[in-house]
Amino acid sequence: MSRLSRVAWLYIGAVMAVAAVVIARGPFAGIQWQAVAVLGLLLIACESSATLLDTRGLAWSANSIASLAAVILVGPVGAAIVGCCTLLGVRRGPSPPQRLFNTGMFALSAYLAGRAFLLFGGRVGTPQPSSFPAIIAPFAGAAAVHVIVNFSLLRGVLRLTREPGVPPGRIGLDLKLLLTDLGYGAFGVLIAALWSVLGPFTPVLVLIPVFVARWAVAQFAAQQRAYEATVSALCQAVETKDFYTRGHSERVSRGSVMIAKEIGMRAERVEAIRYAGMLHDVGKLGVPTSVLQKSGALTDDEYAAIQLHPMRGLDIVREIGFLDEALAGIMHHHERIDGTGYPMGLAGDEIPEFARVLGVADAFDAMTSDRSYRGARPVCEAIAELRKWAGTQFDPAFVDAFITAIERDGWKGPEGAPRGTGQAVAGDCLTSGEGLVANGANGMAAASGKVPGGLDDPTGPLPAVGSL
Amino acid sequence: MSVVARRYEHRGLPRHALDSGQSLLVIFAGLLLIASVAQTAVVGVRDVRAAVAFGALIAFGELLRLNLPGDREAAPIATAGALAYALLLRVGDIPARHSPQQVIAVAAIGMMIGALPHLAVGRPAGLSAMAARVLAVACVAVLFRPLAAALVIGSRWWSELPAMLTLVVLAWLVEAVIAALIRTDVLRARFGVALLDELRVQLPVGTAVGASALLIAFAAEVMGLAAVAVFAAPLLVTQVALRRYTGIRATYLQTVRALARVTEIGGYVETGHSARVSRLAVAVGRELGMPEPALLELEYAALMHDIGQLSLRDPIPGGATVLVTREEQRRIAEYGAEVIQQARVLDTVADIVRRQSDPCRPADRSQEPPLSSRIIRAANAFDDLVGSSVEPSRAAAAVQRLRLDTASEYDPQVVEALSRLVSRRSLFGP
Repeated sequence: MSRLSRVAWLYIGAVMAVAAVVIARGPFAGIQWQAVAVLGLLLIACESSATLLDTRGLAWSANSIASLAAVILVGPVGAAIVGCCTLLGVRRGPSPPQRLFNTGMFALSAYLAGRAFLLFGGRVGTPQPSSFPAIIAPFAGAAAVHVIVNFSLLRGVLRLTREPGVPPGRIGLDLKLLLTDLGYGAFGVLIAALWSVLGPFTPVLVLIPVFVARWAVAQFAAQQRAYEATVSALCQAVETKDFYTRGHSERVSRGSVMIAKEIGMRAERVEAIRYAGMLHDVGKLGVPTSVLQKSGALTDDEYAAIQLHPMRGLDIVREIGFLDEALAGIMHHHERIDGTGYPMGLAGDEIPEFARVLGVADAFDAMTSDRSYRGARPVCEAIAELRKWAGTQFDPAFVDAFITAIERDGWKGPEGAPRGTGQAVAGDCLTSGEGLVANGANGMAAASGKVPGGLDDPTGPLPAVGSL
Repeated sequence: MSVVARRYEHRGLPRHALDSGQSLLVIFAGLLLIASVAQTAVVGVRDVRAAVAFGALIAFGELLRLNLPGDREAAPIATAGALAYALLLRVGDIPARHSPQQVIAVAAIGMMIGALPHLAVGRPAGLSAMAARVLAVACVAVLFRPLAAALVIGSRWWSELPAMLTLVVLAWLVEAVIAALIRTDVLRARFGVALLDELRVQLPVGTAVGASALLIAFAAEVMGLAAVAVFAAPLLVTQVALRRYTGIRATYLQTVRALARVTEIGGYVETGHSARVSRLAVAVGRELGMPEPALLELEYAALMHDIGQLSLRDPIPGGATVLVTREEQRRIAEYGAEVIQQARVLDTVADIVRRQSDPCRPADRSQEPPLSSRIIRAANAFDDLVGSSVEPSRAAAAVQRLRLDTASEYDPQVVEALSRLVSRRSLFGP
């Protein structure tokens, strides 16, 4: 969010102005200012311990606890004032405009939640034993309104400020987060309920479980990063066996994720295919180095040794608690739609979906990087090749999805390849070349010394585009 | 997997059979339950609605059990519900006057009902963990219920809270001590080390459970029994977060275990070697009183100790690094460490792997490799010599050979621990 467009500024300004107006209109009579102060502090504590959701600065904090408690205890205007305390949160992340927007957003969400609470028949003030359980329904309504307003305003600003090339579908607001927010919101009613027994001491007691949950979430994120880094490090170790495949797993993983997201796979399956992509060639360890690095045509025996690698890979990853789909993907990523692939010779829909996705990404990366028997091809040539073999070797739907994604987001090929030439060539061959951020294809294709009958040569004895 | 491998596995927590210590615990908790139920039946259940509401929450919590790191079973929601019931002062305006026996009966019966679905799908009943939870709650109930009878008249939170806080901490300690005793018994860990491990792992969950129990107990004064229902949602969020965390932790370990086998698939080492070395290394580490985080790092390092062999174009015959020159060993270790270091989060593990080929008795004492490296060095050599063989005589001979080299190559303390393990294993058999 470094440079904001005018529309984005207008949007942020509008959110803040509306928030300011609803607070200024009052009424202020009957607000317990002590409660406002304590809840404001609680909100600052929550805001200050926000967790980062992604690298682009989207963060999540448990602010709804304080806002929703304020809805019951001090009403819509008081809740909006509590929401304004977002401005005072101590965290390094947000830039001034982000901070202003967050403040306006939380004030407005709290105000509307307060209105909803009154609308659904809730009564503002410290709840008494007689208020329960009647208070729960209006409170649930208020919590729902809070989370909906919050997410809609956020989605709006993300849409206006997202960098070009990032599709709106990738904004990290999912149902899980929404439910988490609602779950935290339930703490709001606990604070309000305990106010008559524990008074201002309530937030202290309430904060403990919240912070433990936050701790667990942070631990989860750290473990996940560690996990990903470890898998990728081990994959790189495997790749050292074959110089030419350096970075291949990483890129196939990326390509598969692009396809998976493009066709709208669930987040869980996208995760699974990310790992499947990283690990798809792990079985190559079982293939003798001399065969992998051979630059001439392969004998039948050598080819048979290579054909074993998906099964070997499966042997290694079988014990990992992956989705079964990921295992099937690794095992069948060399099957072909026309049934001439290996290891089982499955055809068409018999091939697991993951395998068909991996197959496209695998072949594409193999074509756009150097091999012992030829140089890398430019992206556009590889795309043409994918199109050509869609329906015989590849699943046409996934080829289309991949091409759409590459045209929009670009493709980052192997490092070290000069980018300018490749990009120019790619731009020529794509119907819409814009948005192609980078690609690693270099100009070597023109001079590529192809081995007759090489494995990537579709006219060869065993037609197979792409890698071994 | 060979027979030896299965014998090592025996050192893990047995999931079905109960040890003598554990059965004692379960019998004790069972007797307590019977006595409590009998007493409650004679006196009559006070406030049936509260008993049913809390019993339902406890059963629900037991249904949503959680495996904390290190194969520890926990049921945060059930524990919080039971503690809250023990600490309950009023429901609405009406003072809660249930007896400690009623608390024990409600908690134990709730837990048993919640455990039934687990049994139905063939999961272990987790009796000893349940017994530990019941005993912790029983301690709190026995101490607090008489106090509750005195406190209910006209007191405020500042008089109630300190007593409640103390008891919640006590419950946490009781559960940790019991769990540590079980682990000492089953894994032959040292009690002090096991207790510290237990307290460390249970600290975050225990804090959340304690605070939640206090929250429900106080909320019931205002909200009545609705507190139980409203409360379940937020703790559920905590539980979901914890479950995801422990889930990814487990997957992480599985993945490293699986990927460590690339050296086997590549023909660099004998099948099962990494798994055997890591089990043996962890057993030795535990014997030497290493705490759990260090054991986990040791396990990772042991699993990946041969990953450096991937840099060799041709595998060493039989993969036995004990047979190649020290220079070669060092190069393999160095490369393996480099690979692991790329993960950026396993620097300690990388260091352990790097130093595994260093002699254990250098002239300069400050150059001594970390204990984990020394353990892996000995465990690796032992496995290179014994392999998947199950013959006790061969294992004894291998230990003897390592002992001969304790002057320079192997750490005598490690070799002695290894020797104890090996003799114990041949005594007890598979």
